[in-house]
Amino acid sequence: MTPMKPLLKSLAIATVILAAAPAGAANLRIGIAEALSGGAAQYGTPIRNGMQLAAEEINAKGGVNGNQLQLVIEDEQGKKEEAINVFKKLIFQDKVLMIFGPTLSNSMFAAGPVANASKVVAFGTSNTANGITDIGPWIFRNSVMESDVLPVTVASAVKHYGIKKVAVIYGNDDAFTKSGYDVFKAVLAEQKIPVTTTETYVKGDVDFKAQLTKIKGGEPDAIVCSCLAEEAANIILQARSLGLRAPFIGGNGFNSPKLFDISKLAGDGTFVGSPWSNANPAPVNQNFVAAYKKKFGAEPNQFAAQGYDAMYTAATALKSIKITDDLAADRQALRDALPKVTLNGATGPFKFRPAAPKAGKPGGFDADQKPFIYIIKGGKFTLYTGK
Amino acid sequence: MFAQQLANALTLGSVYALFALGFTLVFGVLAVINLSHGAVFMVGSYAALVLVTRFQAPLWLALIGAMLVSGGIGLLVDVLILKPLRARNAPHLIPMIATIGVAIMLTSAGQGLFGAEIHRFPEETLPAGELVIAGIHLRALEIGIVAVAFALMALLFVVLRRTQLGRALRAIAESPKAAYLLGINVEGLFHLTSFVAAALGGVAGVLIGLDFNAITPQMGQPILHKGIAVIILGGMGDIRGALIGGLFLGFAEVMSKAYLSSQMGDAVAFGLLFLILLVRPSGLFGRVLERKA
Repeated sequence: MTPMKPLLKSLAIATVILAAAPAGAANLRIGIAEALSGGAAQYGTPIRNGMQLAAEEINAKGGVNGNQLQLVIEDEQGKKEEAINVFKKLIFQDKVLMIFGPTLSNSMFAAGPVANASKVVAFGTSNTANGITDIGPWIFRNSVMESDVLPVTVASAVKHYGIKKVAVIYGNDDAFTKSGYDVFKAVLAEQKIPVTTTETYVKGDVDFKAQLTKIKGGEPDAIVCSCLAEEAANIILQARSLGLRAPFIGGNGFNSPKLFDISKLAGDGTFVGSPWSNANPAPVNQNFVAAYKKKFGAEPNQFAAQGYDAMYTAATALKSIKITDDLAADRQALRDALPKVTLNGATGPFKFRPAAPKAGKPGGFDADQKPFIYIIKGGKFTLYTGK
Repeated sequence: MFAQQLANALTLGSVYALFALGFTLVFGVLAVINLSHGAVFMVGSYAALVLVTRFQAPLWLALIGAMLVSGGIGLLVDVLILKPLRARNAPHLIPMIATIGVAIMLTSAGQGLFGAEIHRFPEETLPAGELVIAGIHLRALEIGIVAVAFALMALLFVVLRRTQLGRALRAIAESPKAAYLLGINVEGLFHLTSFVAAALGGVAGVLIGLDFNAITPQMGQPILHKGIAVIILGGMGDIRGALIGGLFLGFAEVMSKAYLSSQMGDAVAFGLLFLILLVRPSGLFGRVLERKA
């Protein structure tokens, strides 16, 4: 426990100085604009935590070329207007080198143009909407979307099992499982895989036998399931008890080691894809998971991992440039260095991919990252490496 | 597939019937819609879970333990809440509201003690074994639930129709005052009924908790809604009605999911319920009540 910790935790809307800079070294001021209150705080808070953790680690190891990272953390409340205000404050008053955030795509559409016009990098870690990086060449993101993940998951499973037709089941009263279903539907249509039947349930249901019996009647080669872990466990177990042996293809809700503890061997053969998984055995990821748990007393999630990697991405770029006292020049140098960064982080190997220019205007940079595809074996996530 | 859907409907219907038995018993004797029955059902599940996981009790012992714990809570609710209300001649909506309070307390207590996450019985406690007849898959547990639901219904029916105790209970159901004048220990039988009904709720909680293997503090809520529908459909306070009503709801739900759309399960089930009540407002077995206490 360092004496700085309570301070860190207590300040949501304030300047946080992570560690005293060594004499003579400059502070690298980095703005963080995430939703730390309101509904979007469930995403913004782990993002900020991941970034704080990364910055602390970097500073503890001597900073970037001897300079300490100094985070200026602001709460944009998940609101467009607030995101614009916060961006202006960070750019003109705090004079940060770059900004991480905002949390929601809507907020990025509002505040991103401010950063772009002021020639300051805005780096989103959770903006998954289409068109974010069309805002301009100063907009970056490392968010991998379900629409990036699910095609790979489905294609891997199809190849592995020789799947000809699938059945689909999803929760239709939950935004997350419903949007996962929409992506699955598009992916299945694109890969020309016929769907025998599409079944739904609502949150809190515990009996899925009627739907599963119907699915069994269509004799699918696999069952596509956009479900939360709670329901998925019962769906898998009840499918097996009805003699339905087809393997499952899961959405993001299946990214839960607990799920396969519950469903035991019944879940074996399931395919799951994820931008991040705490089961990824790479040392950098395992160190991240352990350090996060120690610091925050909670399990990290995908958003924390992406925030953590984003901070390391920025630090790598900063390391490659020479900081002058000319803010505009430093911002420009950072912007030019970022696209060259490659990182092997908690979410795996990462690099940027330039967005296609829109109407002759140059775009920003999207994530170029492969999702992890797992197959469940013996109740455990096993990295799928092909047949 | 139709045969399997029939089997699914039979097990789901038995689950509803099992829950509704205790529910309808309390209404039949005490004339109270006890809305804490769902929470008592949840308590039964957790009691068995604790016995199995903490004390390594075998399943039959856990079942008895759950009956005692749930029954005890039912008795306490009657002694502490319903009895004072009876003594004050409270209008009949008041005990119903009071039992909502009990349900909220029990649910919150469950959440405080065990957390909001889903708990499950350890794999090895589940009775293994599966029956496959002509492509119909039935697990030992499902057969158990159907058997227990029918057996308990038969037992309660015989007790109510053929024994001295049953006659006393029916007398109370007709008129507590007249029963009291006849020398029947009305308060004692109210307590007994509350105990038995809650114990039945506890049994239902354990069996259903085992079958769906998902125990949460909120698990009583959805089944309470179904339970209300079942006893209204079957005829308030009628034991046969609870079974028939439960089976009817199970069939309506499963068949509409199977042959219409899985989004329509509840809509069809409750739509049919509405239609039946239009024709028979007092339910399948209910008599039109003219008595005003």
